[in-house]
Amino acid sequence: MRAVRWLPQLLVPAALVGGAALLGLVVSASTETYFVDALVKVAIVVALYTFIGNSGVLSFGHVSFVALGAWTAGVLTVPVAEKPAIMPNLAHFLRDTTVGNVPSLALAAAVGAAAALLVGLPLMRLSGLAAGIATFAVLEITHNVLRYYEKIGPGLNTFSSVPETTGLGQAAIGALIAVVVAFAYQRSPFGRVLRAAREDPAAAAAVGISVYRQRLVAFTVSGALAGFAGGLYVHLLPINTETLYLDLTFVTLAMLVVGGVTSLLGAVVGALAVSALDSFLAVAENGASLPFGTLDLPAGTRLVVVGALMAIVLVLRPSGLTGGREFTLLRRRQRVTKEPAPVSSSR
Amino acid sequence: MTVDWQTIADATAQGAIYALMAVGIGLVFGVLRLVNFAYGQLIMAGAFALAMASRWGWPVWGGILLCFAVVIALSMLMDRLLFRPLRTQSPAVMLVATFAVAFLLQSIALLWFGPLGRVAASLAYLNRPFTISGVEIRKIAVVAIAVAAVCLVALVVLLERTTVGLQMRAAALDFRTARLLGVRANRVIAVAVLLSGVLAAIVAIMLTVQTPLVTSDFALRDTIVVLAGVVLGGLNRLVPATLGGFAIGFASGFLGGALPTEKSQYLPTFLFAAVILVLLVRPAGLFTRGRGAVERV
Repeated sequence: MRAVRWLPQLLVPAALVGGAALLGLVVSASTETYFVDALVKVAIVVALYTFIGNSGVLSFGHVSFVALGAWTAGVLTVPVAEKPAIMPNLAHFLRDTTVGNVPSLALAAAVGAAAALLVGLPLMRLSGLAAGIATFAVLEITHNVLRYYEKIGPGLNTFSSVPETTGLGQAAIGALIAVVVAFAYQRSPFGRVLRAAREDPAAAAAVGISVYRQRLVAFTVSGALAGFAGGLYVHLLPINTETLYLDLTFVTLAMLVVGGVTSLLGAVVGALAVSALDSFLAVAENGASLPFGTLDLPAGTRLVVVGALMAIVLVLRPSGLTGGREFTLLRRRQRVTKEPAPVSSSR
Repeated sequence: MTVDWQTIADATAQGAIYALMAVGIGLVFGVLRLVNFAYGQLIMAGAFALAMASRWGWPVWGGILLCFAVVIALSMLMDRLLFRPLRTQSPAVMLVATFAVAFLLQSIALLWFGPLGRVAASLAYLNRPFTISGVEIRKIAVVAIAVAAVCLVALVVLLERTTVGLQMRAAALDFRTARLLGVRANRVIAVAVLLSGVLAAIVAIMLTVQTPLVTSDFALRDTIVVLAGVVLGGLNRLVPATLGGFAIGFASGFLGGALPTEKSQYLPTFLFAAVILVLLVRPAGLFTRGRGAVERV
């Protein structure tokens, strides 16, 4: 009986991912790339959600774990013969090692988790604004190091010659894995405790919960997912450090905010909805023919629309499209009346 | 590493400009507890105003007026459309919102002016050096230091000697109590936003002298570095925040000029590692005493 309540919470996001993948199968090959990209974005946003949604703490730093995962999977899958051409200064053990597609994704997840654990050990003590700024600093450091440290990757060069194994199938399976892991985490005692702490840190601490430790667990899990998603990404298209920096941070955060920060459904809906809009605008920038005539938008409209959408959602509906709730069959009609918070109540 | 006066003058000028940006960010943070990530885009808008004015053949003072008008209008608009509805939200939500606006403005600029940007060259003569006892110093360095000094003194007078200044200081200490004692919230916030807009316009003018090519990511890097500096100094007090901005501007200008490229390219890493360290060890900032605005678990 209880399964009636929780099963849809997993199945509906999973079905959305599956639906997007099936839709990607029937469209033309050029449109299919948008679906693959959207599914990889789902994986990244779900990773982001696993930490931000469950803990209520802001992170601008997750794209650094995506980048580390991408670097891991990329460096280890470029064929040995082609490594000197794009990565002339690579360290010896990396130059001589190559692994297959699946191990590279697993290693990407492992590196993401390790990096998140390492970064989280000191940083998970911070909340609110300080957490936002510190995680932003992590993003800057990762970007800076990956850009110039050529022993571990291509530096300023683009990651070419990585086997492009992320097709529709791998992207869909990857996104589904991310959704299942995120769901399993949030249903686990760890996830529940952290969500309780998100609602009331003082009460959680009072019943003996170490908020720090719980956040660290969430950060590590979401770092693993982010690294994994980075692995999917590097197998999708040739990327460089600029691909995995501010723009991606912004777009994925926008997706999470638009969908609704506090639910897995929100993460999936946001990623798919914003991707759909973004892809449509990308097509329209090249001139799209619609039933009512051609639409030809100037190049660069996409980020304007996504940015405006994110700002509007934040102002008008801060809880996102889904209201930050999971899907339920039996929606209890229960409204909690909240007092409007006073100005700057958060001091 | 050789120390030469030219590098020191340039680094001091960069510190002065960053100090003004730090004040602009700190003023708004004081009354709203909002870190304005979109501050750099205000500067970018001002720089584009200067570029367009010089393209239309306006006189220099016309361009400067347009720059002030655009930046102030934009910052007031930002306050009205974004800061006011979000005032009751947590600082983290407001940070995300200004992050969104930063991207929105940047992509509008990209759409409008294209990836190549525009050139603002009407004040380029200030970039030429003059010589004192064998040392070449760019005029803009002297201008930047002088302008920053004048602005900071004017600001201190405003904060210490006028009613609205007193109200702003009160609001920065304890907004709720200040309101209870009759400080009008909207007015204080509007004045703070206005002042920070004025400072953004001044910074825009000085940055375009240094880098006349204005693109959509103009001042983005500077803003990120200044934010780091403000946190290093101490976010919730104006003087430490300003010192932090100056210190980080001076340090990055000096080290960037004095170190060889293969070392200075890792400068951001050390800068941001320092930010993390300060947040962990001295959450209130390097130049403050007592508790900061940083919550911890």
